[in-house]
Amino acid sequence: MRLSYSADVKIIQVPCTGRVDILHLLNAVEDGADGVYVAGCLEGECHYIEGNLKARRKVAHVKKILTELGIEPERVEMYNLSSAQGARFAEIANEMAERIRALGPTPVKNHTAA
Amino acid sequence: MIVADRKSLEEILGMVADNKKILILGCKGCVTVCNVGGLKEVEILTSSLKIARKKAGNPIDIDIQVLERQCDTEYVAELGEAVNDYDSVISMACGVGPQFLSEMYKTQTFYPAVNTTFFGGATQHGVWEERCAGCGTCGIHMFGGLCPIARCAKSLLHGPCGGSSKGICEVNADTECIWDSIVKKKMEAGQLADLMGVRGLKDWTTARDGGPRRSIREELVQGNI
Repeated sequence: MRLSYSADVKIIQVPCTGRVDILHLLNAVEDGADGVYVAGCLEGECHYIEGNLKARRKVAHVKKILTELGIEPERVEMYNLSSAQGARFAEIANEMAERIRALGPTPVKNHTAA
Repeated sequence: MIVADRKSLEEILGMVADNKKILILGCKGCVTVCNVGGLKEVEILTSSLKIARKKAGNPIDIDIQVLERQCDTEYVAELGEAVNDYDSVISMACGVGPQFLSEMYKTQTFYPAVNTTFFGGATQHGVWEERCAGCGTCGIHMFGGLCPIARCAKSLLHGPCGGSSKGICEVNADTECIWDSIVKKKMEAGQLADLMGVRGLKDWTTARDGGPRRSIREELVQGNI
């Protein structure tokens, strides 16, 4: 397809979004990521039955923690699409990049410890 | 097990507001089992605090460690002098942990990151309920295996009060009247007569009313077993 999508997106592959942990998302925010999203299979289509549903719940929990910390929960998101939806993948990447651009840079700055 | 709930991030952030380098100490005992103070929860709290402090432009260094238990001096002693390398220490153990730590390391400050709530168990994933009040004189067998000391709001020993309605306690609509359950169970077992007698006064000196308690097992103290 050779579709182009936002160069701001860095992809980290996992065997299943069920492998994504709260700490992966939190550590990304902690290390200065402006946003993080999880792209899982369509709901009901998980090869491991409910990996994507678990990922959705973890994303929801991270959103709750970010809200408690006064950080926009929209910086973390869960998306569902099938491996055959290349066009949708590019669309989501651009959509998320646009959302983050509108929110601005992360307030979590990597100052060096005093 | 001992059940606890984590304090809010706001409260914990306030405790260490003036600190630049802290240690967060988990415990592999009860708080790991009730998912509030084990390694995972220590890592989540660490990341959350770091995010908050970076956001405030005042980053904090955090080391983590999880002790086998914080209620045994031999494990608490593992920290050694290194504990003084930190501005303060946050303990994610039950209320016993920060006290054992404070008693051993007298010049360090130990903050509790959790509110210790009760002795209980998980009735479903993520839901814990109180089952024991640690009164020191157990008589569960006399009540069909259901403890009215811990589970009746008034700790009544001779049946339900007037606040029991349709099996629910008047104190909280989510709380079953344990006396309703005790009576039903005894009726089903054909043992209702067991509840008809008048009991003597309960000895509350073994409960908290008798002041802080101590349990001495001579055979262990003497090293006999």
